[in-house]
Amino acid sequence: MQAIADWFKWLAGAHGINVSIAYDAFDRARFLTGLTTTIWLSIACIVLSIAVGLVGAWLQGARSPIVRAGVAGFVQFFRNTPPLVQLAFFYFAVSAALPMVTDQFGARVPLVNNVGWAVISFSLFAGAFNIEIFRSGIEAVPQATMEAAESLGYTRLQSYVYIVFPLAFRICLPALGNNLVNLVKTTTLAYAIGVPELLYAAAQVWSETFNVREMMVVLLVTYVAIVAVLVGFMQSWERKLRIPGYNA
Amino acid sequence: MNRGTTDLPVLLAPRRRIEAPGEWGLRDIAAVFGSRKVFAALVAFAVLSVAVAEAADASVRPGVFATVLKWTPLIATGFLFNLAVSVASMAVGTFAGVLLGLGQISLLAPVRGASWAATQFFRNSPWLVLLFFAMFLLPFELKVAGVTIALPAWFKAIIGLALPVMANVAEIVRGGIKSIPVGQWESAESLAFTRIQTLWRIILPQAVKRMIPPWMNLYAILTMATTLISVVGIQDAMTLTRGALVAEARTDLYLPLYAMLLLLFFIYCYPIARLTQVLERRFAVRI
Repeated sequence: MQAIADWFKWLAGAHGINVSIAYDAFDRARFLTGLTTTIWLSIACIVLSIAVGLVGAWLQGARSPIVRAGVAGFVQFFRNTPPLVQLAFFYFAVSAALPMVTDQFGARVPLVNNVGWAVISFSLFAGAFNIEIFRSGIEAVPQATMEAAESLGYTRLQSYVYIVFPLAFRICLPALGNNLVNLVKTTTLAYAIGVPELLYAAAQVWSETFNVREMMVVLLVTYVAIVAVLVGFMQSWERKLRIPGYNA
Repeated sequence: MNRGTTDLPVLLAPRRRIEAPGEWGLRDIAAVFGSRKVFAALVAFAVLSVAVAEAADASVRPGVFATVLKWTPLIATGFLFNLAVSVASMAVGTFAGVLLGLGQISLLAPVRGASWAATQFFRNSPWLVLLFFAMFLLPFELKVAGVTIALPAWFKAIIGLALPVMANVAEIVRGGIKSIPVGQWESAESLAFTRIQTLWRIILPQAVKRMIPPWMNLYAILTMATTLISVVGIQDAMTLTRGALVAEARTDLYLPLYAMLLLLFFIYCYPIARLTQVLERRFAVRI
């Protein structure tokens, strides 16, 4: 460990390539905090956006035309407006319309803080895409399969839970994976409202250590690595869920 | 379907053969701007955000609606700048992306590998990080043969946004070419077409049709991503909206002004998304 730190210190001195997070404990701690925040933010948004997608896809099959129109409006609105403006809309506008609460120290704080709004905003944004993805998966399940379930005496909910959804989920896994990768990349927007995630942490490091070039490369490589881990996970999941002989 | 003397597509002239099945009609245009329920939901959203603001406004200050109207022209100007940036980035990104995409199917292994690596790298990095990358790492001026060319911030922003566009276009080009059955390549080869000829006269004309819908989709995504330039300090619709809010210093304006900005983008991007769907349906499985 010390040897690596020493080598990077030598690199900075001899060649001016200053990867400060490799030898400076303070910079490293800041960078790692940013990395943890990004990972935590991504996981929270992934879970919530899948929940939004499932509920939305279920509501899209509702009998009431008003509910269906509401879901359609929600999906189209979040898909066709910039996520950054959505974030600003939530963080500045909706937050201002909500009441303030008193925290444990007696200070007046907004009901939801910036991290909370980032999670809500990105989950809704990615959730809108997930609704469409799940819907297309459900539509891809052959009608005959549903009829077969019905003839075997399954109720609507049962056939959805035991027959349609397991098949639909396998069909839409690749599209879901793409969207989740996109979601992880979108978490960088939280920089704009001061959430201390990876980009924010890196910006702090480079504005104090003046190593924009090096930090930028570290940053890009880190994001590509995070995405690679996610893609690897999704692919192994796809393999595990594969039903032999059933090619969706 | 009845066009002239025949309705068999094979007997039509080539150009008409492509257009023949299902002409562009009012239905397609309606489909682009259509879906009444979406628009109903939207109008409800806009009315609600203004209504909430009006209800909160209990003083003699000018009404929320009038104030929003006052700032609309300024924010619309900013929005036009966003559109200009999106068109420029798309042009640069498409040009570079087509080269990169063709590089991925090159017969030379090093070219293929390098193109693949570049595509994956730029495709999997966040747009905002790439934008920062371009803003900070491009020089502010270039010296070419004694002539100094200044690189203004907006120019660097266009390049920064063009990087992820390039990688995505490369994927679209590669995917479009790969979607053409191998039989097309083989029969062209058996007819003694060279590789360039095959690509240019047989594969690409068929593939372009399949590339257009995802390409348009990408353009819509890029247009939405142009708001990122406000984060790196370029004045766009987002910056102007924030400026208007600072100038007015009224919390009741936050909701309607941001809602208006969202609607501006929606009105521009939603028809593109619908048109993409229509084209996808028209171009589906026809080889």
